[in-house]
Amino acid sequence: MNPSSTSSATSPHLRGREPFPPPPGSSRLLAGWHDTAAGADLAEHQRRYGRLPLPGHAGHPAKLIDEVATAGLLGRGGAGFPTAHKLAAVADARGRPIVVANGCEGEPASEKDAVLLDLAPHLVLDGAIAAAHALGASQVNICVHEGTAAALTMPVAIAGRRDPVPIRLVEVPAHYVASEASALVQYLNTGDARPTSTTVRAAQHGVRGRPTLIDNVETLAHLALIARYGADWFRQTGSEDLPGTLLTTIGGAVRHPGVFELPGGTTLDTALRHAGGPTTPVQAVLTGGYGGSWLSSANQAPATPLTHEGMRAAGATLGVAALLALPATACGLAQTAHLLHYLAGQSAKQCGPCMFGLPAIATDLADLVAGHPNAPSVLARLHHRLTVIPGRGACAHPDGAVQLAASALEVFQADLSEHLNGRPCLRASEPPLFPLPRRG
Amino acid sequence: MTARNGKSTLRVDPIACHAHGLCAELLPEMITLDEWGYPLTQRIPIPDALSRDARRAAAACPTLALRLDRQQSAGAHPAQHGRNESSNRVSAG
Repeated sequence: MNPSSTSSATSPHLRGREPFPPPPGSSRLLAGWHDTAAGADLAEHQRRYGRLPLPGHAGHPAKLIDEVATAGLLGRGGAGFPTAHKLAAVADARGRPIVVANGCEGEPASEKDAVLLDLAPHLVLDGAIAAAHALGASQVNICVHEGTAAALTMPVAIAGRRDPVPIRLVEVPAHYVASEASALVQYLNTGDARPTSTTVRAAQHGVRGRPTLIDNVETLAHLALIARYGADWFRQTGSEDLPGTLLTTIGGAVRHPGVFELPGGTTLDTALRHAGGPTTPVQAVLTGGYGGSWLSSANQAPATPLTHEGMRAAGATLGVAALLALPATACGLAQTAHLLHYLAGQSAKQCGPCMFGLPAIATDLADLVAGHPNAPSVLARLHHRLTVIPGRGACAHPDGAVQLAASALEVFQADLSEHLNGRPCLRASEPPLFPLPRRG
Repeated sequence: MTARNGKSTLRVDPIACHAHGLCAELLPEMITLDEWGYPLTQRIPIPDALSRDARRAAAACPTLALRLDRQQSAGAHPAQHGRNESSNRVSAG
């Protein structure tokens, strides 16, 4: 599981001058919140975690990369790619690197980046600085959506600090696919926040042609703690295949919806209990955001662990850890049709299969939900479209929508056959249960 | 890029493609169109017998969206830091 873990398992390189004890238990990023119920300013942040230990010389990333590799840190932006591999790719590329912290949260089911930037902004900034200093980077870009709270609070946080690398706040237009990595690079280069179909990776050739490290803000916050307390400490919580903690957004039919910091590998059942448990019987849980998968409460959902591999084994994806509990009384197909319609509207409308395919499958499902005189042929057409669309966009947006639709047809099979028999359920016209923000 | 040396595969730049459909006319053995007119390409090495037609199809595309990618033989291009194309995912956050 550990990529290129060669050394330093026993000697966290920066721990020597760190008098501060690490936060106990599995509340790490949000430790301050649990004690003070407030966001941490710089003074509070340093009281809690101490100063960020930085090596004397910039541009020597080997130790940090080793430590992050041993920690087994996986990116928290959705793909779960090993962070150490990204760092190494940027370090190996020619030219002075640039660091981009991705705090653009396009996924409506997720709030964890907003919560993290609100409650622990300096942990994110520390992580970006630790990476930038180690890589010898010339600049840190903190990317957030324009019009969000973070766009107002981060400049204050940045202004109060003294860092060896300049930090710039970048406000990015708020639409779903703008947070995709190639879209961020394109925005920083040209002002157009849409994905590109480049086959060149940002690690080699990103912002202004420089090697560019793009990490989710939560990933960088974990990195800031690894730089302080080392890999061994990091692995003390979480599971073998997802070490450390995971900011998880839990919503839908639960008593206390919100963002929770859970050990990697926590089961869905336990995660929902952290959110106060279900308010009503739950038939399925939507995992991985709107471009994710339904898991049925009857068989799979309860025991599925919050890890990339565990979710894959269950036929789902972890993505950004976001869980939405669907009440037993709701129509899963109708709710999925709402989500598909939203996703179709969020297409950047650059690639044909996404621009035309997503509205088509959204309409197919809506027709099935409402009851269609020729429902079986609509279903056959939908199944065909779901095989044709994936893998043909510049980004994974269309693939996510297809995954959502396909999992709905599987998980809500019983409902589907009722709809096919000309018996659309009474809940078919129910409005959306999950938020569909108007923006972009 | 031409396919003179070694096998190539077809790749469509999905943003550049505007569904002109010439490629499916010129290389129907490997390219069909979906219901919206966008190409569905076979993801196999281009057979020698078709390499000439494939080059013509790529050259005929009005937006230069059809590319012939020279295939990488296994191990020739380690790409060890980015196998799963994570940078291309919608990170949704």
